[in-house]
Amino acid sequence: MIKIEHLSKSFGKFAALKDINVHMRQGQAISLLGPNGSGKTTLIKSILGLVIPEKGNITINGQSVKHDWSYRSLIGYMPQIGHYPDNMTIDQVFALIKEMRKDTQDYDEELIRGFQLNKLGNKTMRSLSGGTRQKVSASLAFLFSPSVYILDEPTAGLDPVSSELLKEKILKEREAGKLILITSHVLSDLEGIASHIIYLQDGELRFYSAVEELQAVTGEEKLNKVIAHIMKNESRVAKTIQ
Amino acid sequence: MKTIIKYVLLDLLRNRVILFYTIILAVLSVSVLGIDDNPTKGLLSLLNITLLFVPLITILFSTIYFFNAIEFTELLLSQPIKRNKVLLAEYSALTVSLSTAYAVGIGIPLLLLVSGIESFILTLIGILLTFVFSSLALLIFVKFRDKTKGIGIAIAIALFFTLLFDGFLLAFIYSFSDYPIDQAVVGIIAFNPIDLARVLMLLHLDVAVLMGYSGALFKKFLGSATGSIFSIACIILWIIVPLLLSVRIFNRKDL
Repeated sequence: MIKIEHLSKSFGKFAALKDINVHMRQGQAISLLGPNGSGKTTLIKSILGLVIPEKGNITINGQSVKHDWSYRSLIGYMPQIGHYPDNMTIDQVFALIKEMRKDTQDYDEELIRGFQLNKLGNKTMRSLSGGTRQKVSASLAFLFSPSVYILDEPTAGLDPVSSELLKEKILKEREAGKLILITSHVLSDLEGIASHIIYLQDGELRFYSAVEELQAVTGEEKLNKVIAHIMKNESRVAKTIQ
Repeated sequence: MKTIIKYVLLDLLRNRVILFYTIILAVLSVSVLGIDDNPTKGLLSLLNITLLFVPLITILFSTIYFFNAIEFTELLLSQPIKRNKVLLAEYSALTVSLSTAYAVGIGIPLLLLVSGIESFILTLIGILLTFVFSSLALLIFVKFRDKTKGIGIAIAIALFFTLLFDGFLLAFIYSFSDYPIDQAVVGIIAFNPIDLARVLMLLHLDVAVLMGYSGALFKKFLGSATGSIFSIACIILWIIVPLLLSVRIFNRKDL
Protein backbone atom coordinates (compact mmCIF):
# COMPACT_ATOMS: atom_id res chain seq x y z
CA MET A 1 0.00 0.00 0.00
CA ILE A 2 2.69 2.46 1.03
CA LYS A 3 6.03 1.73 -0.54
CA ILE A 4 9.08 3.69 0.55
CA GLU A 5 12.24 3.19 -1.49
CA HIS A 6 15.68 4.59 -0.70
CA LEU A 7 14.21 7.58 1.12
CA SER A 8 16.82 10.04 2.37
CA LYS A 9 16.35 13.47 3.87
CA SER A 10 18.69 15.85 5.59
CA PHE A 11 18.19 19.26 7.15
CA GLY A 12 21.41 21.13 6.54
CA LYS A 13 24.15 18.86 7.86
CA PHE A 14 21.80 16.78 9.96
CA ALA A 15 20.71 13.57 8.24
CA ALA A 16 17.16 12.97 9.43
CA LEU A 17 16.49 9.87 7.33
CA LYS A 18 19.08 7.59 5.73
CA ASP A 19 18.10 5.30 2.91
CA ILE A 20 14.80 3.99 4.30
CA ASN A 21 13.13 1.06 2.53
CA VAL A 22 9.75 -0.08 3.83
CA HIS A 23 6.74 -1.71 2.28
CA MET A 24 3.60 -1.26 4.38
CA ARG A 25 0.61 -3.39 3.53
CA GLN A 26 -3.12 -3.21 4.07
CA GLY A 27 -4.41 -4.58 7.36
CA GLN A 28 -1.20 -3.77 9.20
CA ALA A 29 -1.13 -1.58 12.25
CA ILE A 30 2.41 -0.33 12.32
CA SER A 31 3.87 1.30 15.34
CA LEU A 32 6.66 3.70 14.56
CA LEU A 33 9.13 3.67 17.42
CA GLY A 34 12.42 5.31 18.15
CA PRO A 35 14.03 7.84 20.48
CA ASN A 36 13.45 11.58 20.08
CA GLY A 37 15.03 12.93 16.93
CA SER A 38 15.22 9.51 15.28
CA GLY A 39 13.24 10.66 12.25
CA LYS A 40 9.72 9.42 13.06
CA THR A 41 8.00 12.73 12.38
CA THR A 42 10.12 13.33 9.27
CA LEU A 43 9.04 9.94 7.93
CA ILE A 44 5.36 10.70 8.58
CA LYS A 45 5.65 14.15 7.06
CA SER A 46 7.38 12.73 4.01
CA ILE A 47 4.44 10.42 3.42
CA LEU A 48 2.04 13.34 3.81
CA GLY A 49 4.05 15.47 1.41
CA LEU A 50 4.81 18.07 4.08
CA VAL A 51 8.52 17.31 3.88
CA ILE A 52 10.01 17.06 0.40
CA PRO A 53 12.22 13.96 0.07
CA GLU A 54 15.77 14.49 -1.10
CA LYS A 55 16.32 11.09 -2.61
CA GLY A 56 14.08 8.12 -3.08
CA ASN A 57 10.47 7.48 -3.76
CA ILE A 58 7.25 7.10 -1.84
CA THR A 59 4.26 5.57 -3.56
CA ILE A 60 0.79 5.01 -2.17
CA ASN A 61 -1.22 2.48 -4.16
CA GLY A 62 1.33 2.95 -6.93
CA GLN A 63 0.79 6.73 -6.96
CA SER A 64 3.89 8.81 -6.28
CA VAL A 65 3.54 11.46 -3.59
CA LYS A 66 5.85 13.83 -5.40
CA HIS A 67 3.77 15.93 -7.73
CA ASP A 68 0.22 14.70 -7.47
CA TRP A 69 -1.66 15.69 -4.32
CA SER A 70 -4.80 13.63 -4.93
CA TYR A 71 -3.41 10.60 -3.02
CA ARG A 72 -4.05 12.49 0.21
CA SER A 73 -7.76 11.73 -0.04
CA LEU A 74 -6.73 8.19 0.99
CA ILE A 75 -5.18 9.43 4.23
CA GLY A 76 -6.56 10.50 7.57
CA TYR A 77 -3.94 12.39 9.53
CA MET A 78 -4.01 13.22 13.20
CA PRO A 79 -1.22 15.66 14.10
CA GLN A 80 0.66 15.63 17.38
CA ILE A 81 -0.36 19.19 18.25
CA GLY A 82 -3.80 20.29 17.17
CA HIS A 83 -3.67 24.04 16.78
CA TYR A 84 -6.67 25.68 15.17
CA PRO A 85 -7.67 29.28 14.43
CA ASP A 86 -8.87 30.84 17.68
CA ASN A 87 -12.33 31.99 16.68
CA MET A 88 -13.31 29.01 14.57
CA THR A 89 -16.01 26.86 16.12
CA ILE A 90 -15.85 23.06 16.20
CA ASP A 91 -18.68 22.92 13.67
CA GLN A 92 -16.79 25.25 11.34
CA VAL A 93 -13.63 23.15 11.54
CA PHE A 94 -15.57 20.02 10.57
CA ALA A 95 -17.46 21.89 7.83
CA LEU A 96 -14.23 23.29 6.40
CA ILE A 97 -12.51 19.91 6.08
CA LYS A 98 -15.71 18.30 4.79
CA GLU A 99 -15.94 20.91 2.05
CA MET A 100 -12.28 20.34 1.19
CA ARG A 101 -12.88 16.60 0.78
CA LYS A 102 -16.02 16.62 -1.29
CA ASP A 103 -15.10 13.23 -2.81
CA THR A 104 -16.32 11.53 0.37
CA GLN A 105 -19.94 12.04 1.31
CA ASP A 106 -20.14 9.15 3.70
CA TYR A 107 -19.04 10.41 7.08
CA ASP A 108 -17.92 8.26 9.96
CA GLU A 109 -19.10 10.31 12.92
CA GLU A 110 -18.68 7.59 15.52
CA LEU A 111 -15.85 9.41 17.31
CA ILE A 112 -17.61 12.78 17.21
CA ARG A 113 -20.55 11.20 19.02
CA GLY A 114 -18.29 9.13 21.28
CA PHE A 115 -16.36 12.19 22.39
CA GLN A 116 -19.65 14.11 22.57
CA LEU A 117 -18.24 16.85 20.37
CA ASN A 118 -21.61 17.30 18.69
CA LYS A 119 -22.80 18.99 21.88
CA LEU A 120 -19.93 21.48 21.79
CA GLY A 121 -20.47 22.50 18.15
CA ASN A 122 -20.67 26.24 18.81
CA LYS A 123 -17.63 26.47 21.07
CA THR A 124 -14.65 28.31 19.64
CA MET A 125 -11.35 26.44 19.38
CA ARG A 126 -9.71 28.97 21.71
CA SER A 127 -12.03 28.05 24.55
CA LEU A 128 -11.27 24.32 24.33
CA SER A 129 -8.83 22.42 26.51
CA GLY A 130 -5.84 20.69 24.95
CA GLY A 131 -7.51 17.30 25.33
CA THR A 132 -10.71 18.43 23.63
CA ARG A 133 -8.69 19.83 20.73
CA GLN A 134 -6.97 16.45 20.51
CA LYS A 135 -10.42 14.87 20.26
CA VAL A 136 -11.29 17.20 17.38
CA SER A 137 -8.08 16.17 15.60
CA ALA A 138 -8.84 12.48 16.13
CA SER A 139 -12.43 12.85 14.91
CA LEU A 140 -11.21 14.66 11.79
CA ALA A 141 -8.78 11.87 10.94
CA PHE A 142 -11.51 9.24 11.14
CA LEU A 143 -14.30 11.31 9.58
CA PHE A 144 -13.76 10.21 5.99
CA SER A 145 -13.02 6.51 6.64
CA PRO A 146 -9.76 6.69 4.66
CA SER A 147 -7.76 3.57 3.80
CA VAL A 148 -4.64 4.86 5.56
CA TYR A 149 -4.47 6.36 9.03
CA ILE A 150 -1.47 8.34 10.17
CA LEU A 151 -1.71 9.06 13.87
CA ASP A 152 1.03 11.07 15.56
CA GLU A 153 0.90 10.50 19.35
CA PRO A 154 -2.87 9.97 19.25
CA THR A 155 -3.43 9.26 22.94
CA ALA A 156 -1.22 12.00 24.38
CA GLY A 157 -3.37 14.37 26.41
CA LEU A 158 -6.52 12.26 26.32
CA ASP A 159 -8.26 11.12 29.48
CA PRO A 160 -8.40 7.32 30.06
CA VAL A 161 -12.01 6.97 28.88
CA SER A 162 -11.41 8.84 25.62
CA SER A 163 -8.11 7.08 25.13
CA GLU A 164 -9.86 3.70 25.38
CA LEU A 165 -12.55 4.88 22.98
CA LEU A 166 -9.92 5.92 20.44
CA LYS A 167 -8.03 2.64 20.83
CA GLU A 168 -11.20 0.65 20.24
CA LYS A 169 -11.84 2.67 17.11
CA ILE A 170 -8.31 2.07 15.86
CA LEU A 171 -8.74 -1.68 16.44
CA LYS A 172 -12.03 -1.66 14.57
CA GLU A 173 -10.44 0.06 11.60
CA ARG A 174 -7.52 -2.35 11.68
CA GLU A 175 -9.94 -5.25 11.51
CA ALA A 176 -11.64 -3.56 8.57
CA GLY A 177 -8.36 -3.97 6.68
CA LYS A 178 -7.06 -0.42 6.87
CA LEU A 179 -3.41 0.48 7.14
CA ILE A 180 -2.63 2.26 10.39
CA LEU A 181 0.60 4.04 11.19
CA ILE A 182 1.00 5.18 14.80
CA THR A 183 3.76 6.86 16.70
CA SER A 184 3.55 6.80 20.45
CA HIS A 185 5.88 6.87 23.38
CA VAL A 186 3.30 5.21 25.59
CA LEU A 187 4.02 1.62 24.67
CA SER A 188 1.24 0.22 26.82
CA ASP A 189 -1.20 2.14 24.63
CA LEU A 190 0.00 0.21 21.61
CA GLU A 191 -0.53 -3.15 23.32
CA GLY A 192 -2.98 -5.16 21.28
CA ILE A 193 -3.12 -2.54 18.54
CA ALA A 194 0.24 -2.82 16.83
CA SER A 195 0.75 -5.76 14.49
CA HIS A 196 4.15 -4.57 13.26
CA ILE A 197 6.92 -2.41 14.57
CA ILE A 198 9.23 -0.09 12.71
CA TYR A 199 12.18 0.97 14.81
CA LEU A 200 14.15 4.03 13.76
CA GLN A 201 17.36 5.27 15.28
CA ASP A 202 19.50 8.17 14.08
CA GLY A 203 17.53 8.24 10.86
CA GLU A 204 18.22 4.60 10.07
CA LEU A 205 15.71 1.80 9.89
CA ARG A 206 16.84 -0.69 12.55
CA PHE A 207 14.12 -3.26 12.01
CA TYR A 208 10.66 -3.71 10.59
CA SER A 209 8.96 -6.87 11.77
CA ALA A 210 5.81 -8.41 13.14
CA VAL A 211 5.13 -8.15 16.87
CA GLU A 212 4.79 -11.97 17.19
CA GLU A 213 8.20 -12.42 15.67
CA LEU A 214 9.73 -9.96 18.12
CA GLN A 215 7.98 -11.69 21.01
CA ALA A 216 9.40 -15.00 19.89
CA VAL A 217 12.94 -13.66 19.49
CA THR A 218 13.03 -11.82 22.80
CA GLY A 219 10.96 -14.29 24.79
CA GLU A 220 8.94 -11.44 26.28
CA GLU A 221 5.18 -11.05 26.17
CA LYS A 222 4.52 -7.35 26.94
CA LEU A 223 5.33 -4.83 24.28
CA ASN A 224 7.30 -2.48 26.52
CA LYS A 225 9.42 -5.41 27.77
CA VAL A 226 10.00 -6.53 24.19
CA ILE A 227 11.24 -3.10 23.21
CA ALA A 228 13.33 -2.69 26.34
CA HIS A 229 14.93 -6.07 25.66
CA ILE A 230 15.74 -5.08 22.10
CA MET A 231 17.18 -1.75 23.12
CA LYS A 232 19.45 -3.44 25.65
CA ASN A 233 20.67 -6.27 23.43
CA GLU A 234 20.26 -4.43 20.22
CA SER A 235 23.01 -5.84 18.03
CA ARG A 236 22.29 -9.47 18.96
CA VAL A 237 18.55 -9.18 18.39
CA ALA A 238 18.99 -7.31 15.16
CA LYS A 239 21.11 -10.17 13.84
CA THR A 240 18.53 -12.75 14.81
CA ILE A 241 15.76 -10.86 13.09
CA GLN A 242 17.71 -10.46 9.92
CA MET B 1 -9.56 27.49 -2.20
CA LYS B 2 -12.77 29.50 -1.77
CA THR B 3 -13.70 27.20 1.09
CA ILE B 4 -10.53 27.98 3.01
CA ILE B 5 -10.86 31.71 2.35
CA LYS B 6 -14.42 31.64 3.65
CA TYR B 7 -13.68 29.89 6.93
CA VAL B 8 -10.40 31.69 7.66
CA LEU B 9 -12.15 34.99 6.96
CA LEU B 10 -14.95 34.06 9.37
CA ASP B 11 -12.26 33.47 11.99
CA LEU B 12 -10.34 36.68 11.25
CA LEU B 13 -13.38 38.94 11.23
CA ARG B 14 -13.93 37.95 14.84
CA ASN B 15 -10.29 38.50 15.71
CA ARG B 16 -9.90 41.00 18.55
CA VAL B 17 -6.80 42.67 17.14
CA ILE B 18 -8.56 43.37 13.85
CA LEU B 19 -11.63 44.75 15.64
CA PHE B 20 -9.39 46.95 17.77
CA TYR B 21 -7.48 48.13 14.68
CA THR B 22 -10.76 49.11 12.98
CA ILE B 23 -11.97 51.04 15.99
CA ILE B 24 -8.67 52.93 16.43
CA LEU B 25 -8.65 53.90 12.75
CA ALA B 26 -12.27 55.06 12.94
CA VAL B 27 -11.65 57.16 16.06
CA LEU B 28 -8.53 58.70 14.49
CA SER B 29 -10.23 59.59 11.22
CA VAL B 30 -13.34 61.04 12.82
CA SER B 31 -11.31 63.15 15.24
CA VAL B 32 -8.75 64.32 12.65
CA LEU B 33 -11.44 65.26 10.15
CA GLY B 34 -13.48 66.96 12.85
CA ILE B 35 -10.66 69.24 14.09
CA ASP B 36 -10.22 71.30 10.98
CA ASP B 37 -12.62 72.82 8.48
CA ASN B 38 -10.05 72.44 5.73
CA PRO B 39 -10.51 68.87 4.43
CA THR B 40 -7.12 68.85 2.68
CA LYS B 41 -5.33 69.24 6.00
CA GLY B 42 -7.38 66.43 7.46
CA LEU B 43 -6.60 64.23 4.48
CA LEU B 44 -2.88 64.94 4.83
CA SER B 45 -2.93 64.01 8.51
CA LEU B 46 -4.77 60.81 7.69
CA LEU B 47 -2.26 60.13 4.91
CA ASN B 48 0.61 60.40 7.38
CA ILE B 49 -1.18 58.15 9.85
CA THR B 50 -1.79 55.63 7.07
CA LEU B 51 1.80 55.69 5.81
CA LEU B 52 3.18 55.22 9.31
CA PHE B 53 0.83 52.69 10.86
CA VAL B 54 -0.69 50.58 8.11
CA PRO B 55 2.64 49.04 6.98
CA LEU B 56 3.85 48.36 10.52
CA ILE B 57 0.59 46.88 11.82
CA THR B 58 -0.08 44.88 8.66
CA ILE B 59 3.35 43.28 8.44
CA LEU B 60 3.49 42.51 12.18
CA PHE B 61 -0.01 41.09 12.42
CA SER B 62 0.39 39.05 9.23
CA THR B 63 3.77 37.61 10.17
CA ILE B 64 2.53 36.59 13.61
CA TYR B 65 -0.65 35.17 12.10
CA PHE B 66 1.18 33.02 9.53
CA PHE B 67 3.60 31.66 12.11
CA ASN B 68 0.82 30.91 14.60
CA ALA B 69 -1.25 29.16 11.95
CA ILE B 70 1.55 26.78 10.98
CA GLU B 71 -0.04 23.69 12.57
CA PHE B 72 -3.37 24.54 11.00
CA THR B 73 -1.63 25.02 7.64
CA GLU B 74 -0.08 21.56 8.02
CA LEU B 75 -3.49 20.08 8.71
CA LEU B 76 -4.90 21.74 5.60
CA LEU B 77 -1.93 20.53 3.56
CA SER B 78 -2.54 16.96 4.66
CA GLN B 79 -5.88 17.15 2.81
CA PRO B 80 -6.10 16.58 -0.94
CA ILE B 81 -5.28 20.10 -2.09
CA LYS B 82 -2.43 21.82 -3.90
CA ARG B 83 0.17 23.52 -1.74
CA ASN B 84 0.02 26.98 -3.25
CA LYS B 85 -3.78 27.04 -2.98
CA VAL B 86 -3.56 26.77 0.81
CA LEU B 87 -0.97 29.53 0.97
CA LEU B 88 -2.83 31.88 -1.36
CA ALA B 89 -6.13 31.23 0.40
CA GLU B 90 -4.63 32.18 3.76
CA TYR B 91 -3.05 35.26 2.21
CA SER B 92 -6.33 36.31 0.60
CA ALA B 93 -8.33 35.90 3.77
CA LEU B 94 -5.77 37.91 5.71
CA THR B 95 -5.57 40.80 3.23
CA VAL B 96 -9.33 40.94 2.82
CA SER B 97 -9.87 41.19 6.56
CA LEU B 98 -7.16 43.82 7.11
CA SER B 99 -8.37 45.82 4.09
CA THR B 100 -11.91 45.64 5.38
CA ALA B 101 -10.70 46.99 8.69
CA TYR B 102 -9.05 49.91 6.88
CA ALA B 103 -12.01 50.53 4.58
CA VAL B 104 -14.40 50.59 7.53
CA GLY B 105 -12.15 52.57 9.84
CA ILE B 106 -10.91 55.22 7.41
CA GLY B 107 -12.94 54.81 4.21
CA ILE B 108 -16.43 55.16 5.65
CA PRO B 109 -15.74 58.27 7.79
CA LEU B 110 -14.02 59.84 4.76
CA LEU B 111 -16.92 59.03 2.50
CA LEU B 112 -19.34 60.60 4.96
CA LEU B 113 -17.28 63.67 5.90
CA VAL B 114 -15.10 64.44 2.85
CA SER B 115 -16.31 62.75 -0.29
CA GLY B 116 -14.44 63.17 -3.53
CA ILE B 117 -11.67 61.61 -5.54
CA GLU B 118 -9.06 62.34 -2.84
CA SER B 119 -10.93 60.28 -0.27
CA PHE B 120 -11.17 57.43 -2.72
CA ILE B 121 -7.43 57.61 -3.47
CA LEU B 122 -6.54 57.58 0.24
CA THR B 123 -8.70 54.51 0.85
CA LEU B 124 -7.11 52.84 -2.17
CA ILE B 125 -3.64 53.65 -0.83
CA GLY B 126 -4.40 52.08 2.54
CA ILE B 127 -5.72 48.94 0.88
CA LEU B 128 -2.78 48.68 -1.54
CA LEU B 129 -0.29 49.09 1.31
CA THR B 130 -2.13 46.37 3.23
CA PHE B 131 -1.67 44.03 0.27
CA VAL B 132 2.01 44.96 -0.14
CA PHE B 133 2.97 44.44 3.48
CA SER B 134 1.03 41.23 4.00
CA SER B 135 2.71 39.96 0.85
CA LEU B 136 6.09 40.79 2.40
CA ALA B 137 4.97 39.08 5.62
CA LEU B 138 4.19 35.96 3.63
CA LEU B 139 7.67 36.03 2.15
CA ILE B 140 9.16 36.31 5.65
CA PHE B 141 7.04 33.35 6.78
CA VAL B 142 8.13 31.03 3.97
CA LYS B 143 11.77 32.10 4.19
CA PHE B 144 12.36 31.71 7.92
CA ARG B 145 11.62 28.84 10.25
CA ASP B 146 11.86 30.74 13.49
CA LYS B 147 8.95 32.90 14.61
CA THR B 148 10.97 35.33 16.73
CA LYS B 149 13.44 35.90 13.92
CA GLY B 150 10.55 36.41 11.51
CA ILE B 151 8.93 39.06 13.71
CA GLY B 152 12.25 40.84 14.12
CA ILE B 153 12.74 40.98 10.38
CA ALA B 154 9.15 42.16 9.89
CA ILE B 155 9.78 45.11 12.23
CA ALA B 156 13.08 45.86 10.48
CA ILE B 157 11.42 45.89 7.06
CA ALA B 158 8.61 48.17 8.20
CA LEU B 159 11.06 50.61 9.83
CA PHE B 160 13.34 50.52 6.79
CA PHE B 161 10.57 51.59 4.45
CA THR B 162 8.91 54.11 6.78
CA LEU B 163 12.01 55.82 8.17
CA LEU B 164 15.41 54.68 6.95
CA PHE B 165 14.73 54.74 3.22
CA ASP B 166 13.85 58.42 3.19
CA GLY B 167 16.98 59.15 5.20
CA PHE B 168 19.13 57.40 2.60
CA LEU B 169 17.27 59.18 -0.17
CA LEU B 170 17.92 62.57 1.43
CA ALA B 171 21.59 61.73 1.95
CA PHE B 172 21.78 60.70 -1.72
CA ILE B 173 20.11 63.90 -2.93
CA TYR B 174 22.30 66.01 -0.66
CA SER B 175 25.58 64.37 -1.75
CA PHE B 176 24.83 64.56 -5.46
CA SER B 177 23.00 67.88 -5.49
CA ASP B 178 25.44 69.28 -8.05
CA TYR B 179 24.43 66.68 -10.62
CA PRO B 180 21.20 66.24 -12.58
CA ILE B 181 19.81 63.39 -10.46
CA ASP B 182 16.08 64.12 -10.80
CA GLN B 183 15.40 61.10 -13.01
CA ALA B 184 17.42 58.84 -10.74
CA VAL B 185 15.40 59.96 -7.71
CA VAL B 186 12.13 59.07 -9.42
CA GLY B 187 13.62 55.65 -10.14
CA ILE B 188 14.79 55.17 -6.55
CA ILE B 189 11.34 56.01 -5.21
CA ALA B 190 9.95 53.01 -7.07
CA PHE B 191 11.89 50.85 -4.59
CA ASN B 192 9.80 52.05 -1.68
CA PRO B 193 6.08 51.20 -1.72
CA ILE B 194 5.38 53.78 0.99
CA ASP B 195 6.93 56.60 -1.02
CA LEU B 196 4.98 55.44 -4.05
CA ALA B 197 1.79 55.63 -2.03
CA ARG B 198 2.67 59.09 -0.76
CA VAL B 199 3.34 60.32 -4.28
CA LEU B 200 0.09 58.84 -5.52
CA MET B 201 -1.85 60.82 -2.92
CA LEU B 202 0.07 64.06 -3.31
CA LEU B 203 -0.41 64.07 -7.07
CA HIS B 204 -4.11 64.38 -6.39
CA LEU B 205 -3.93 67.04 -3.73
CA ASP B 206 -2.48 70.02 -5.65
CA VAL B 207 0.01 70.43 -2.85
CA ALA B 208 2.57 68.24 -4.54
CA VAL B 209 5.04 71.06 -4.99
CA LEU B 210 4.81 72.03 -1.36
CA MET B 211 5.07 68.53 -0.01
CA GLY B 212 8.66 67.71 -0.69
CA TYR B 213 11.01 66.71 -3.36
CA SER B 214 9.47 63.47 -4.60
CA GLY B 215 6.00 64.87 -5.17
CA ALA B 216 7.34 67.84 -7.09
CA LEU B 217 9.52 65.59 -9.21
CA PHE B 218 6.71 63.29 -10.10
CA LYS B 219 4.49 66.17 -11.09
CA LYS B 220 7.24 67.72 -13.16
CA PHE B 221 8.34 64.58 -14.98
CA LEU B 222 5.28 62.50 -15.24
CA GLY B 223 2.30 64.74 -14.86
CA SER B 224 -0.65 63.74 -12.75
CA ALA B 225 -2.12 60.93 -14.87
CA THR B 226 1.12 59.22 -15.92
CA GLY B 227 2.51 59.66 -12.43
CA SER B 228 -0.52 57.94 -10.89
CA ILE B 229 -0.39 55.05 -13.33
CA PHE B 230 3.35 54.65 -12.78
CA SER B 231 3.06 54.57 -9.01
CA ILE B 232 0.05 52.22 -8.99
CA ALA B 233 1.86 49.87 -11.38
CA CYS B 234 4.95 49.86 -9.14
CA ILE B 235 2.85 49.19 -6.03
CA ILE B 236 1.15 46.28 -7.78
CA LEU B 237 4.57 44.87 -8.60
CA TRP B 238 5.39 45.19 -4.91
CA ILE B 239 2.38 42.94 -4.22
CA ILE B 240 2.91 40.38 -6.98
CA VAL B 241 6.67 39.83 -6.84
CA PRO B 242 6.87 38.85 -3.13
CA LEU B 243 3.73 36.76 -3.57
CA LEU B 244 5.16 34.79 -6.51
CA LEU B 245 8.47 34.35 -4.70
CA SER B 246 6.62 33.06 -1.62
CA VAL B 247 4.68 30.51 -3.66
CA ARG B 248 7.89 29.32 -5.32
CA ILE B 249 9.72 28.92 -2.02
CA PHE B 250 6.71 27.39 -0.28
CA ASN B 251 6.34 24.66 -2.92
CA ARG B 252 9.76 23.35 -1.91
CA LYS B 253 9.57 24.13 1.81
CA ASP B 254 9.75 21.45 4.49
CA LEU B 255 7.13 21.97 7.16
